[in-house]
Amino acid sequence: MSAIATPFPEVPRAWTLPYRGSVAMASLIIAESAIFTIFVVAYLFYAGKSLSGPTPSEVLETPIFFTICLLSSSLTIHLAAKFLERRKQGAFLALWLLTIVLGGLFMFGTGQEWHRMIYERGVTISTNLFGTTYYSLVGLHAFHVTVGLIMLCIVAIFGLAGRVGAEQSRRIDVLSLYWHFVDVVWVVVFTVVYIVGR
Amino acid sequence: MSSNAMASQFVEVETWTWLETLHGWLTTVDHKRLGTLYVVYGLFFLVIAGVEATIIRIQLMYPHNHFVSPQVFNRMFTMHGTTMIFFVAIPILFGFANYLVPLMIGARDMAFPRLNAFSFWLTALGGFLLYFSFLGGSGLYGAGNAPDIGWWAYAPLTSRAFSPGHSSDYWTIALLVAGFGSIATAINLIATIVCMRCPGMKLSRMPLLAWLNLIMAGMAILAISPLTAAQIMLLIDRYLGGHFFDTQAGGSATLWMHFFWIFGHPEVYVLVIPAFAFASEIIPVFSRKPIFGYPVMVGATVCIGFVSLSVWAHHMFTIGMNSYANSFFAITTMVVGVPTGIKIFNWLGTMWGGRIQFKAPMLFCTAFLFQFLIAGLTGIMLGSAPFNWQLSGSYFVVAHFHYVIVGGILFALFGAFYYWYPKVTGRMLSERLGKWHFWLFVIGFHVTFDVMHFPGLLGMPRRIYTYEPGRGWDTMNLIVTYGAFIQGISILIFVYNLIISYWKGAEAGNDPWDAWTLEWSTTSPPPAYNFASIPVVASRRPLWDLKHPEDPDSRYD
Repeated sequence: MSAIATPFPEVPRAWTLPYRGSVAMASLIIAESAIFTIFVVAYLFYAGKSLSGPTPSEVLETPIFFTICLLSSSLTIHLAAKFLERRKQGAFLALWLLTIVLGGLFMFGTGQEWHRMIYERGVTISTNLFGTTYYSLVGLHAFHVTVGLIMLCIVAIFGLAGRVGAEQSRRIDVLSLYWHFVDVVWVVVFTVVYIVGR
Repeated sequence: MSSNAMASQFVEVETWTWLETLHGWLTTVDHKRLGTLYVVYGLFFLVIAGVEATIIRIQLMYPHNHFVSPQVFNRMFTMHGTTMIFFVAIPILFGFANYLVPLMIGARDMAFPRLNAFSFWLTALGGFLLYFSFLGGSGLYGAGNAPDIGWWAYAPLTSRAFSPGHSSDYWTIALLVAGFGSIATAINLIATIVCMRCPGMKLSRMPLLAWLNLIMAGMAILAISPLTAAQIMLLIDRYLGGHFFDTQAGGSATLWMHFFWIFGHPEVYVLVIPAFAFASEIIPVFSRKPIFGYPVMVGATVCIGFVSLSVWAHHMFTIGMNSYANSFFAITTMVVGVPTGIKIFNWLGTMWGGRIQFKAPMLFCTAFLFQFLIAGLTGIMLGSAPFNWQLSGSYFVVAHFHYVIVGGILFALFGAFYYWYPKVTGRMLSERLGKWHFWLFVIGFHVTFDVMHFPGLLGMPRRIYTYEPGRGWDTMNLIVTYGAFIQGISILIFVYNLIISYWKGAEAGNDPWDAWTLEWSTTSPPPAYNFASIPVVASRRPLWDLKHPEDPDSRYD
């Protein structure tokens, strides 16, 4: 079968292409952005159009602490990936676990808010347009945080077992790209729901 | 240099029992097998959706006909449209992309083979769910079985009040699941084309088929995602009591239209760009000339990709947008005609002065050029808002988009079948049956879809169950139905050809068309690993360089 190759010209000296994981994650992020865009458009389009109460300003409280948690987790995951690249497994693992804690805190915040909304304020997804759009947009984001946390935990388990080394650095970068995306989406959702939509 | 020198004698020694073969196909992650599965799956649904189209046409053959009930008629046009777009066109085109892209860029497989298998089985599950609605759609209510909401499922038809039972849910979930599969395949294609090219294959040397599929995949992730979002909203409305499209609680039926067509229009280009890709590979080979204006072709396609993302509301001129929105969408719609026109001129420029061989693939591509041009012209007509106000929702629109999808996409696709069948199976399709298929299909196509414009101009609405005699539509509807029968016969010849040639076709050899792209350098069918050693390329036509060492393209690259 070697007859195929010989007539072709010589291999060019420098032939490197981008890492497929990063390209695929970038494409996934574009696709996800399109999905979030549609939900954000629906939220803005329906803002203030509910035919019955309660309105967002009556029931929403701005989750500043949990937002700080999520946004700082972007920093910790970035530093964790850098430490892994420099073969400092201990620092990597500590920062990685910190990222999980910060992400978990954020999810706790969302859970607390939903509990308050449902049991104290009586707003569910079927109450009015605000309820429908609020729970779907925030819920879609929370779903993405949850998926991210599951993947972070899987890496953490392998890390605690001592199986994550610098050779996995590129894969960790792909995961951290996803986590950054989830954070950026929260900036948009936060702006739309807690600032513009109120 | 003859093609024999390019591959060795490869002898398959293993013999498999049928159970092992079945297991092999069900668990495969090979891009060629998955590509074949996609295509066979799509052909299966092509026959089903074709039968549905025939039922629609028989019902409309005569005024006051009662071949099927109005309820069944609604289900038939809904299932016909949904199936043809989501479970025929997308799977077949993705199947071709799956099969050809890695071979053409000199790779051994897609970037993510297991994700590839996952996407196929998601798509397969989607089609199964859609057709399971015939059995499970009535749910506890005993009302309705298959979806009957039209393929664009406008609100409030999809609300619980108008769609009791589960038929609309099967429609939603089928499209959602198949949509995830399509997005994953598109991501896979992008990663493959960006990251898996063989050494020397710069973007400027990539075959146009790979280029156009890259653009198609980019459009697919931008177009199918909004549909996914809209389907999630619809599910929230139907199952959780949400109010997205519930006008009684302040929701908006118009918003669903926007969300659907933000998907729906780019989707047409997701389907037609692979058809352009086939034409861009077939026309040069059968004109014996390299493609005319390669960089312009790529540029024009990128341009189509961008502009087509901002034309969607031309499907909605009649809902009463303001004149600024009408003007914007009319202008963007006409602008799409410019890069498309550039492409048509490039294909003509490729044929001009060439030694054209009118074999079956080239016949289909030539017809594609003419018919796609006419489809584009009626598109320009419908793109102008005042004309659209007259004819929106009429048979003129039905004729227009079938001209695009059948006259354009399906013709190019048939060309691709005749062109690449030898590579996939190692056997040639019968040229004689191919000519019968071509001429009968051309005649049937024109009898059906040329004539269909006129009842539309005379005011016949689409999706109409039956009509009064004496409105001037009777004879035309009869002719349209006869045309549909001719197309049906032609498709049967094609299917027969596909089956019989698999055993009786002439041996193809590696390179039956004397072509220039990498897939023809390996055996037919290619081995599981595609290339024994990864090829290296120095120009856009590596096999030309190989066959003409005295005058290689790489000299001018």
